[in-house]
Amino acid sequence: MKAENVPRTMSEKIWDDHVVHAQQGKQTILYIDLHLVHEVTSPQAFEGLRLTGRKVRRPERTVATVDHDVPTTDRLLPIADPISKQQIDTLRRNCREFGIRLYDLHDENQGIVHVIGPELGLTQPGMAIVCGDSHTATHGALGALAFGIGTSEVEHVLATQTLLQYKPKTLEIRVDGRLGFGSTAKDLILYLIGRLSTQGGTGYCIEYTGEAIRSLSMEERMTVCNMSIEAGARAGLVAPDEATFEYLRGKPFVPEDFDAALARWSRLPTDEGASYDRTETFDAGDIRPQITWGTNPGQVVDIEDKVPNPADLDDPTDQKAAAKALEYMDLSPGTPMTSINVDRVFIGSCTNGRIEDLRAAAAVLHGYRVADGVEAIVVPGSGLVKREAEAQGLDRIFTEAGLEWREPGCSMCLAMNPDKLEPGQRCASTSNRNFEGRQGKGGRTHLVGPAMAAAAAVAGHFVDIRQWDYK
Amino acid sequence: MQPLTKHTELVLPMDQSNVDTDQIIPKQFLKRIERTGFGQFLFFDWRFLDDGSDNPQFVLNRPEFSGASILLAQRNFGCGSSREHAPWALADYGFRVLIAPSFADIFFNNCFKNGLLPIRLEESAVGDLFARTAAHPGYQLAVDLENSTITDEHGLSLSFEVDAFRRHCLLNGLDDIALTLEREEDIAAYEQAHGIG
Repeated sequence: MKAENVPRTMSEKIWDDHVVHAQQGKQTILYIDLHLVHEVTSPQAFEGLRLTGRKVRRPERTVATVDHDVPTTDRLLPIADPISKQQIDTLRRNCREFGIRLYDLHDENQGIVHVIGPELGLTQPGMAIVCGDSHTATHGALGALAFGIGTSEVEHVLATQTLLQYKPKTLEIRVDGRLGFGSTAKDLILYLIGRLSTQGGTGYCIEYTGEAIRSLSMEERMTVCNMSIEAGARAGLVAPDEATFEYLRGKPFVPEDFDAALARWSRLPTDEGASYDRTETFDAGDIRPQITWGTNPGQVVDIEDKVPNPADLDDPTDQKAAAKALEYMDLSPGTPMTSINVDRVFIGSCTNGRIEDLRAAAAVLHGYRVADGVEAIVVPGSGLVKREAEAQGLDRIFTEAGLEWREPGCSMCLAMNPDKLEPGQRCASTSNRNFEGRQGKGGRTHLVGPAMAAAAAVAGHFVDIRQWDYK
Repeated sequence: MQPLTKHTELVLPMDQSNVDTDQIIPKQFLKRIERTGFGQFLFFDWRFLDDGSDNPQFVLNRPEFSGASILLAQRNFGCGSSREHAPWALADYGFRVLIAPSFADIFFNNCFKNGLLPIRLEESAVGDLFARTAAHPGYQLAVDLENSTITDEHGLSLSFEVDAFRRHCLLNGLDDIALTLEREEDIAAYEQAHGIG
């Protein structure tokens, strides 16, 4: 059998297509099609180029935006935080000096790097994509091999348009059946992380397969792939299909000869008979709306469950971690999740800051008001999402319900800008990490989907979305 | 990059799993545009109390571990954000070697770029090292990267696995980019074959 006839998985095909140089026992030099850059993990990389007198090899293959630090309030005001301003100004200067396209603060396409890539059609099936951000796997939803890198690697990509990589092992996560009433893509991925653990995917590239994945919209697939890293996997992919092609058709940066591209992309899915290094199967019917109770995304339960007792866990290391998490979260074992009150609600992020997420939240909020004492913000993932939401009247639903409607950015997902929790505050958040202090020192984060976050804003406590009275 | 060869140093035990990079270096320090000076902020939220004084409970502040350069931790160390500020902070503080049952991929990779050696050992071996650290005040380990061994003065002798190429780079303090650029012709050939440029 000829080498090209050996059945291959999708990630192996993309890998093979990008090998510049492979040598036994060494990292492969892998060509990078698209490099996305933001203000936080790039300044030292550009400085490294300057110190060594190196150039950016292919400036047209790097695209930059500002998202992590940017204020989400009035953009006509100057950036109040001088250190954030310096970081944003540094990116502007670097992009100018090295000839890189930047979607700056006032650009209509500014937004979270993982939201704008797909919506502009920069992200395409079969590409190798990197970004100095661990949530780069988001782009895998379109059938790209996409993963997060460190700043030294950002510098390496800028200088060489390649990356040194070991070929990842392949992990198929097959989800059969259909999600039940009230369960969303966010619940699906939280459930998977809970089952796989936060390190279950380490060393692997995940390919999500099965009927439940196939029936997800493109944005829902992005939510799933986005959180692959929370299970330890650097990359997570979904095979491109008609939904992918329809999503991409007409986007600004897709290939001019779209039909030729479709023909190429159609050959990407895993061949029949190809084998994965490992396969795990799940049934979507088992997945109920999820909520985290602890300080990592794997510490998650069904919404109708109670806060677990660390003593009930099998592993002593897990027991210890759970006890520490409960102390930080100020929760007692046996407390029903739906009885936990919230002070703040955050709807947004690269996980759940797209138009479908905002529609889901708005559907819950329609005709309701945010509970007294609860502060809630909605932060669209990009300028495009913001305009689309406003065209559909979602912004009015939010503001009439008493939520704040903000400008696009990462915002309270990582609280590098002024949007953050005060010590002791508890938040229903549609973001991806419930680490200690992630949303502000001393803040307590519960990860949920957009509808459950919206319902918590109205009720003042967590709610089983399956019992929500939609108006 | 500073070469790393043989290293005999004090061990600091951090008996926690899933230590994420948000804890190693909290977000408020990611706004700096330099690569240096992050050690003072290492584990900031755990290390300092609200009034800015040292948290005496936190292991980094315990006098018996002062000057330690080998960090011992539980599984999935360095999970979460890709921020290379985490290894920058660990290295700047003075750590050279990290030992745990497992590390998160991006963090693991970032360590090698900054002269930090992350060593994966079996969970039982790591458990034994925690016990030894508790039993012997001033416990030191000798890490020999060239021969991939870890020994102590109490009869311990372990070998660890490290990728040959990464070991070579660490031993010699080599720069990845310079090595890749030696293959510039291959990159150009790839680009030409794919109509890039």
